[in-house]
Amino acid sequence: MKRKRGIFIAFVKKEFWHLLRDSRTLLVALLIPVVLMILFGFTINTELNNVRVGFVIPHPSESIRRMTEKFSGNPYFTSVGQIPPTRIDEILRRGVADAVIVFPEDFDRRLSAARQGLPAEPLAQLVMDASNPNTAIQGAAYLQGVILGDVAVSPEVRLLFNPQMKSAFYFVPGIMGMLFLIICAMLTSVAIVREKERGSMEVLLVSPVRPLVIIFAKMIPYFFLSCVNLATILLLSRYVLKVPLTAGIVSILGVSLLYIALSLAVGLFISTVTHRQVTALTISAMGLIMPSVMLSGMLFPIENLPRILQYLSCVIPARWFIDAMRKLMIEGLRFTLILDDFLILLGMTVALIALALLRFNDKID
Amino acid sequence: MTHCNDCLISVRDLTKKFGDFTAVDHISFDVGPGEIFGFLGANGAGKTTAMRMLCGLSYPTSGTGQVAGYDINRQGERIKAHIGYMSQKFSLYEDLTVFENMRLYGGIYGLRRKEVEERADAILRRLDFLEERNTLVGSLPLGWKQKLAFSVATLHRPKIIFLDEPTGGVDPITRRQFWEMIGGAAAGGTTLFVTTHYMDEAEYCGRVSVMVDGRIMALDSPARLKKMYGAASMDEVFRLLARGAERGG
Repeated sequence: MKRKRGIFIAFVKKEFWHLLRDSRTLLVALLIPVVLMILFGFTINTELNNVRVGFVIPHPSESIRRMTEKFSGNPYFTSVGQIPPTRIDEILRRGVADAVIVFPEDFDRRLSAARQGLPAEPLAQLVMDASNPNTAIQGAAYLQGVILGDVAVSPEVRLLFNPQMKSAFYFVPGIMGMLFLIICAMLTSVAIVREKERGSMEVLLVSPVRPLVIIFAKMIPYFFLSCVNLATILLLSRYVLKVPLTAGIVSILGVSLLYIALSLAVGLFISTVTHRQVTALTISAMGLIMPSVMLSGMLFPIENLPRILQYLSCVIPARWFIDAMRKLMIEGLRFTLILDDFLILLGMTVALIALALLRFNDKID
Repeated sequence: MTHCNDCLISVRDLTKKFGDFTAVDHISFDVGPGEIFGFLGANGAGKTTAMRMLCGLSYPTSGTGQVAGYDINRQGERIKAHIGYMSQKFSLYEDLTVFENMRLYGGIYGLRRKEVEERADAILRRLDFLEERNTLVGSLPLGWKQKLAFSVATLHRPKIIFLDEPTGGVDPITRRQFWEMIGGAAAGGTTLFVTTHYMDEAEYCGRVSVMVDGRIMALDSPARLKKMYGAASMDEVFRLLARGAERGG
């Protein structure tokens, strides 16, 4: 028993040396989280600002003047003034305005009809540049809100959990979901396959060391590296991006550590299906990180995906992790309420480790 | 045929099939203590597959054998603890220092730290490498690496050392020094099992076997083989034997 522990320690030391002496990889691995957090936290902004609005006004009137003033007084909009109806298309095309509101000739009549609650005719036509559908939809909703503001009974909207609608909150769990896959799955699988490619695995397999020892020793430095990254991310989230981390650090750490273990298992599995570093890298990047970005809900809400991709997203570990993390970090749900995510992640981890060990045979013929 | 009890390697009708393909076809031989046994054959002749079975890396499809006193069909793991192994493809970890490599291998074979240090120092002194103790292996010339790798394979004092194409890519002078080290180890009672495709190196071996298409076509001392085939060199013997080969090149 003592001897076995000695062997394991000898291997763990060796792996730390590999990692620490590969200073470029180490530096990149430590800087990725910082760069990603800053990129996503500060530059990507899905909030809509500064929509430029033009107006087509065939019959100027007092109510139209008041209506257009509401736009110029609103921080979300910039008025580009009145434009001739024949030039709507051209102005949108040239990017002078993002939206044009066309008032009908009988706007006053329609407005008063609407105020009396009579069956409504459209108050105005809204023409939008939808080359970016997200901004167009969001902008249209804002514009409608302003136009209907003093007409309809508008519901009072309260935004829960992320009242300032900060994009950063939304992205932090996504970054974590992607980052741990990169560090654990990609680097680990490449490191294991490197030993196969260099022929050192053969030398190790001829020795009395159990293959399991080799593999687990390999995971330990990457596990440590991930923990450092986890700390970096949480500190940056809390103190720089001001993410509330409401659910308490224990649940957040628990789910994160499970996800790190899962990512290591993924890396282990990849290393058992390939013999070349390039292949391991390709599988990790294309087969793992891409789908994790596209199908995990990190960038695009899962509910908006085509049905078949929604089903596919169920096998993406990042989906469950990101879901759990958003609930914990932003909504502040209790751990029991993310138990389903946790159990799915746990099941995936166990299944992958079992599968990898089945495939990882010490006979290399 | 029964097994030779004093021999360190003794195999009978060892066969390995991959599907319909018979990589190793009923080979039988014995290797005694302190012997340098050359295992020759063209690429694809089945050398590597045979050697893997002897090292406990894969089990034979049929046939029996013992290596270092352990059954190759059942005690692969026990065999591993009593053999040393070195291949040309990989010698030592380049991003570890000379001593770190030695400590790792010592650790793998269950040596205590003190033992590793003593043996490492002895080896480095013998090779006149003491100054390079803390040098990264990656910065050493290939010949040094190979010599060092051989020494590391002897660190746990195995009864048998398997050398898989140990001198590939090394200059003639280093090759000669390398074979002197092998000779020294054999004189000390260690058995050496060497695959090579340098036919001149076969001359250093006590006995050689020549494998063609998975079968051992000849097995004897280089001198006797040359006489038997009326050849001037082992190279010629090899070419005569390999002429009928269907596999490899």
